[in-house]
Amino acid sequence: MPSSWPSRRIPLAWLLLTRQPMRLAVALAGIAFAGILMFMQLGFRDGLFEASITLHKLFDADLVLISPRTTSSVAMEGFPRRRLVQSMAHPSVEGVSPVHWNLLSWRNPQNRATRSILVLGFEPLDPLLQDDSLRRQAPLLSQRGRVIFDERSREEFGPIGPWFRQGRLIETEVAGKRVRVVGLVAFGPSFGADGNLFTSAETFLWLMPDTPAGSIELGLIRLVPGSDPAKVAADLRRQLPPDVMVYTKQGFEEFEKNYWATSTAIGFIFTLGSAMGFVVGCVIVYQILHGDVSDHLPEYATLMAMGYPLRDLLGVVAREGLLLSLLGYGPALVAALGFYGVVRSATGLPVVMTSGRALLVFVLILVMCMVSAFLAMRRLADADPAEIF
Amino acid sequence: MLSRSPEAFSTSPSDLATLSVQGLNHWYGRGAMERQVLQGVDLEIQPGEVVLLTGPSGCGKTTLLTLVGALRSVMEGSVKVFGEELNGSSRQQRQGLRRSIGMIFQGHNLLRCLTAEQNVQMGADLLPGLGFRARRDLAREWLRLVGLGDHLDKLPHDLSGGQKQRVAIARALAAHPRLLLADEPTAALDSRSGREVVDLLRSLARDQDCAVLMVTHDPRILDVADRLLQMEDGRLWGAETAPLEVLG
Repeated sequence: MPSSWPSRRIPLAWLLLTRQPMRLAVALAGIAFAGILMFMQLGFRDGLFEASITLHKLFDADLVLISPRTTSSVAMEGFPRRRLVQSMAHPSVEGVSPVHWNLLSWRNPQNRATRSILVLGFEPLDPLLQDDSLRRQAPLLSQRGRVIFDERSREEFGPIGPWFRQGRLIETEVAGKRVRVVGLVAFGPSFGADGNLFTSAETFLWLMPDTPAGSIELGLIRLVPGSDPAKVAADLRRQLPPDVMVYTKQGFEEFEKNYWATSTAIGFIFTLGSAMGFVVGCVIVYQILHGDVSDHLPEYATLMAMGYPLRDLLGVVAREGLLLSLLGYGPALVAALGFYGVVRSATGLPVVMTSGRALLVFVLILVMCMVSAFLAMRRLADADPAEIF
Repeated sequence: MLSRSPEAFSTSPSDLATLSVQGLNHWYGRGAMERQVLQGVDLEIQPGEVVLLTGPSGCGKTTLLTLVGALRSVMEGSVKVFGEELNGSSRQQRQGLRRSIGMIFQGHNLLRCLTAEQNVQMGADLLPGLGFRARRDLAREWLRLVGLGDHLDKLPHDLSGGQKQRVAIARALAAHPRLLLADEPTAALDSRSGREVVDLLRSLARDQDCAVLMVTHDPRILDVADRLLQMEDGRLWGAETAPLEVLG
């Protein structure tokens, strides 16, 4: 029953904000800016971590072996292929795939510029990725000098996708040797590699004749269904010599993410960027609310003189902060979705909005507005009702 | 909290008065800068009485108003509003008391972001136990009574000085005050609207049995008073004399 609504009051906070539309617009622009800044920085950071394991997530493996000297996907070191064979002695191991992994220079067939591309060499009939298109086309690699190109690689590598679909014969140089593109897959670049190329182990060794005999960079291990990867990994760690590291597939992904997060400046920079967005937002909202409270100080003092308790006035400022955060979040979210689209199409990085991040930024904006409101409230203590006469 | 000790509790007729001030002294500043602004002020106002207070600026009129209006703490002497002693009262007590004291200021002090109706409702909102609609209807009724029934949705910005002051009166009265304090309510108005505002104030206060203490310099409105008081150098003169004798 609205007619007996004793708690309903005039929405003073709302009216204070909306009766000054220009000031409100500036405030919302400031909050939205801070929100976008946080969205972009967090998006880049998570996108980077996600992008660094684009391929990692696809490997058809339960466990992997890498060299203990390997630090990340851009610095894969070799280890003896024998270790992979030794692991087959474990009863839970169903099959293994040795993989060669290196960054080699690719010549753009259109403008002849060279650029570093990630090349994976594997036995074409062995499983490599959980991806049907690669599995289907892999037999084409059995001839030397044949490669499958990732068409979502950066466009600096040349218009391979369109040319290939037009039926053109694409031949170019990798590490100074002539190769022919015989198929396309679509995975996408990562922070470490601008593009991906798949070839047979034989072609890889032909491209990289200096590779020590029997040395590989990655060993994929598939377990019999129902076995516990963590337990088998522990067994293998005990059985194999210390010149090899055993990871579960998830552990391998974490290892890679962890490298970018801790061993490079990148994770730190983007986290710091988000923090800066937060601080900038706080300053903007504080300025707005502080100015607002100062402007209306005589009016607040009048309300106190009329008998309104200070608590009510603090409530007005708090509600102003809450309204600003709600009104500022919408534009920030919409703009961030737009910018994410731009970033995706410009860089090919998987920068997408997750509900977790949408919630996180909302909470940050809310905290930002409430902290600023709280700081601006101190100004209310200056509202001495005795001064208004 | 009416009385904190048996001695302080008295049953004199002054307990029935709306306002009773006895031996009120007040100082500003400290040490060498100390300056006494009120010296032994005695004053009593009965319900429904309209009292005008005049005097040169700086004589302590406004200080007296803020003390009586529970906006400042009392230093020395006794100030009883509706029988409640303000000397030694808590901040919360004063804030609660202010709900029963209407105030009209030299400037109208309306909230700029609210319409006339909403401004008046800020006063009505202080009344306990009324629904939103009832409080809004009350605000509209008061605006009609001050002759602004056609200007409900106007912002203060769009109202003339006299209209704004009338909104301020409606706001003060909408909270059903038992004491109305007015500080030069006609200072910003021309003679005609000043006259209208004061007449309105007086008749509405009378209807509600609300006492009025009004500070003014305006000689044109002195005749609305039941009693005239003059203040000089922090002392009240002619407290019990008739208006015409004070003016000579």
